[in-house]
Amino acid sequence: MTAPEEGLELIAKTPAERRSTLAIWLSRLEGPQTMGRGPLFWAAVVAVVGAAAIYPLFVDGWTVGNAAYFFVWTFMAMGLGVVWGYCGALSFGQTAFFGLAGYGYGVLTINVGAAYGFTILALVLAVALAGLAALIIGYFMFYGRIKGVFIGIVTLSVTLVFSTFMAQTAGPQWRIGSARLNGFNGMSGMPPLTVPWPGGDLLLFADIPLYYVLLTLTVLCYLGLRMLLNAPFGNVLVAIRENPERAEMLGYDIRVYQLLAFGLGGALAGLSGVLYTAWGQYITPSSMGLTAAALPIVWVAVGGRKDITATLLGTLLVLYVFQTLTIYGSQYALVAMGVLLLLTVLLAPEGVVAILMRGIGRLFSRRQER
Amino acid sequence: MTAILETRKLEKRFGGVQVAQGIDFSMQPGEIHCLIGPNGAGKSTFFHLVLGEHRPDGGSIHFKGEDITHLRSFARIRRGISVKFQVPGIFKALSVRQNLEIAFQHHLHGHNLDATISRVLDFVELKAVAATPAGTLSHGQQQWLEIGMAVGVEPSLLLLDEPTAGMSPDETFKTGELLRQLNAEGITILAVEHDMAFVQQIAERVTVLHFGAIFAQGTIDEIVGHKGVEEIYLGTSDDG
Repeated sequence: MTAPEEGLELIAKTPAERRSTLAIWLSRLEGPQTMGRGPLFWAAVVAVVGAAAIYPLFVDGWTVGNAAYFFVWTFMAMGLGVVWGYCGALSFGQTAFFGLAGYGYGVLTINVGAAYGFTILALVLAVALAGLAALIIGYFMFYGRIKGVFIGIVTLSVTLVFSTFMAQTAGPQWRIGSARLNGFNGMSGMPPLTVPWPGGDLLLFADIPLYYVLLTLTVLCYLGLRMLLNAPFGNVLVAIRENPERAEMLGYDIRVYQLLAFGLGGALAGLSGVLYTAWGQYITPSSMGLTAAALPIVWVAVGGRKDITATLLGTLLVLYVFQTLTIYGSQYALVAMGVLLLLTVLLAPEGVVAILMRGIGRLFSRRQER
Repeated sequence: MTAILETRKLEKRFGGVQVAQGIDFSMQPGEIHCLIGPNGAGKSTFFHLVLGEHRPDGGSIHFKGEDITHLRSFARIRRGISVKFQVPGIFKALSVRQNLEIAFQHHLHGHNLDATISRVLDFVELKAVAATPAGTLSHGQQQWLEIGMAVGVEPSLLLLDEPTAGMSPDETFKTGELLRQLNAEGITILAVEHDMAFVQQIAERVTVLHFGAIFAQGTIDEIVGHKGVEEIYLGTSDDG
């Protein structure tokens, strides 16, 4: 080992180069915690988003609404990617926050209505409610030093208890204001997202306008998470996943980081819940049941949990495959999902999309070397 | 002078087994202090008590005069303690550079992180493998990486749990020289160690633990010549 010539002063006392906050955050679009960098990658991103933007020009309204449905789920998947893939805490209960926000949106909008853009405020409040619930549950888990498989057990229990509770709210006494919870039949009748617009409110039914709103939200969420995960916060999450004891022995209160990641994951699951409820104007307890709780795990595992791009692409891919298979019977489709998960765990534990992305990356870097 | 690290009547039990029996330990700033003792003497328990990984059943721990007995591990680290574990405590799936970045980013507000990483990479001679996953390094390189992670934040006290475990004699000697160099720059060092040649290379003072209590304390020469220590730990030339 050799000491630097000027002595053993290891910390460089020179101040870091001054850059604007915006420049710092934009530079974090690329970094060690996310795959994809350089002009080629960003050209591909622009091409994919561009293709998604012109997609509605070539298909009918129903197909566009169906594509919007796929985007609804990406937020919960990316949130699970942060909690499980980056922070190493396998949550089996993201659907609890999905359902809580969905019901929250329903209760608020059925009682208050959609005038003056209230549905947007209801969306924000319901997402905040889901985030807060995640912080409360996360507090007891992480400050109670629950770890490993027990996080999965606790979170699964939470979503199953919530689902079971909501399923028994069929009686007329189970109402919040004018919103009937309606037991297993589910809550319906809430308005879609409604944007105040000159000349009349813009109702975002499952059609082209909602598609563009969801596409925009998905892209913003994806880019925002890339920046967050390449920031010091993301570095610490990965450190906790890799070696929590060492992370703590570097001076990090790992409980705070785990809690914040879990809160973020809960809020994103809540965003999916609100968008799902607004998309279909309907939510039932089955959206929080065992099957529903397992599906996000399949999307994220098959895509690649340790990379947010792989998680996003994998989720869209698996959702498409799942829906296509459902035509032949929903039970068969679920069995296929189970098989897909098993094959991924056994043959491609990193995730199918992640492996493909890595392969493509290697191919391009070899060509550039030539 | 205020002791940099002091424990007063420190006690710890695991079930019916008393592994720390009222340990009164103290070390001054600037020392290199080695903690030795036979297997089961309580060295690792003492180490984990100081780090906050175990909660003591009695007594107190003081760092620079502050009672840190009830602080969590991360809070003790933030006060200026760094640690290097026996099994390299690194992030094996991450690159060498990322390991250092994660180790330093918390401490270097406003300072130049990249320049500091570069200096430490030079110091631990890992610049050529900066982009390599840390898990693919040789055992010795992993140990040095962890030392780099521990010292790059210029701690007041460096705790080392068998820092040369698994190293070749050459690597062990180089590590000893490195630690002396760090100590010369003002870092106080407390090392739990088995390798007596290494202890003799670096230690100014030595504490011998036996059955969870301090059996002997003194300079390396005093300890090497201590008859009781020889009997319980160093043994004769056959098993020493």
